[in-house]
Amino acid sequence: MPIEVRIPTILRPYTGGEKVVAGAGDTIAALLDDLDSRHPGLKDRLVDDGALRRFVNVYLNDEDVRFLGGVDTALADGDTVTVLPAVAGG
Amino acid sequence: MISADRPRRSSESSTDRFACGAARWPTSTIRSLRGRLPWCAVLRLRRDLLDAVLAHARADHPDEACGILAGPVGSDTPHRHVPMTNAERSPTFYRFDPSEQLRVWREMDDRDEVPLVIYHSHTATEPYPSRTDIALASDPEAHYLLVSTRSAAEEVRCYRVVDGAVEEETVVVLDGDR
Repeated sequence: MPIEVRIPTILRPYTGGEKVVAGAGDTIAALLDDLDSRHPGLKDRLVDDGALRRFVNVYLNDEDVRFLGGVDTALADGDTVTVLPAVAGG
Repeated sequence: MISADRPRRSSESSTDRFACGAARWPTSTIRSLRGRLPWCAVLRLRRDLLDAVLAHARADHPDEACGILAGPVGSDTPHRHVPMTNAERSPTFYRFDPSEQLRVWREMDDRDEVPLVIYHSHTATEPYPSRTDIALASDPEAHYLLVSTRSAAEEVRCYRVVDGAVEEETVVVLDGDR
């Protein structure tokens, strides 16, 4: 079973407007590589220098992956990954 | 909504009528311009929702308060106030708590709502987007509502932020049954 990835409005230009895309990978990093092969440019909006960008939230099911293993967080078939831009400012 | 085919007569009453003769333009043009031209951009906001935002900002002062006003998909009038936790607990910065954000965003999905308004307070300066606000604004479709708690005066302003460009909107407060 693939991993379901939920894409926020602001990143849907990379997925042809799709709200949910399917991907594969044993970790968040591998999943993002897989997605980037079909949706070029997406990965660059989420990671910088190998780490998640500060103002992007990535969740594995109900958990913020920052509290798991970041991009090294392990994934299993049937997981859902949700991406949300942080809402922040000064 | 705006009529695509004919100008509105001045005798017609409509809360959606735009000033400046914009109603003579094709609907598609108005849609594409809406939010970019200040005189076309309006946030209509119920008084009780605005009061809830102001009360939240006063309660969290001197830290910045933040939250959303949700509304039905396809509408432009918010109907539900959701105060959010400022994970930064700072007088100069805010960030929605990420776990709470996921929960609230899912709740909106279930209710067919979107975050029409994203608000936060400035505690010592005017309610104008800071450089940080502009750099981090990630929703070109949201109304960014700012309030200031620097004095007892009610200071409320609203903006769209698209690709780093700020356009101020008029806030129309809907009192009572209007």
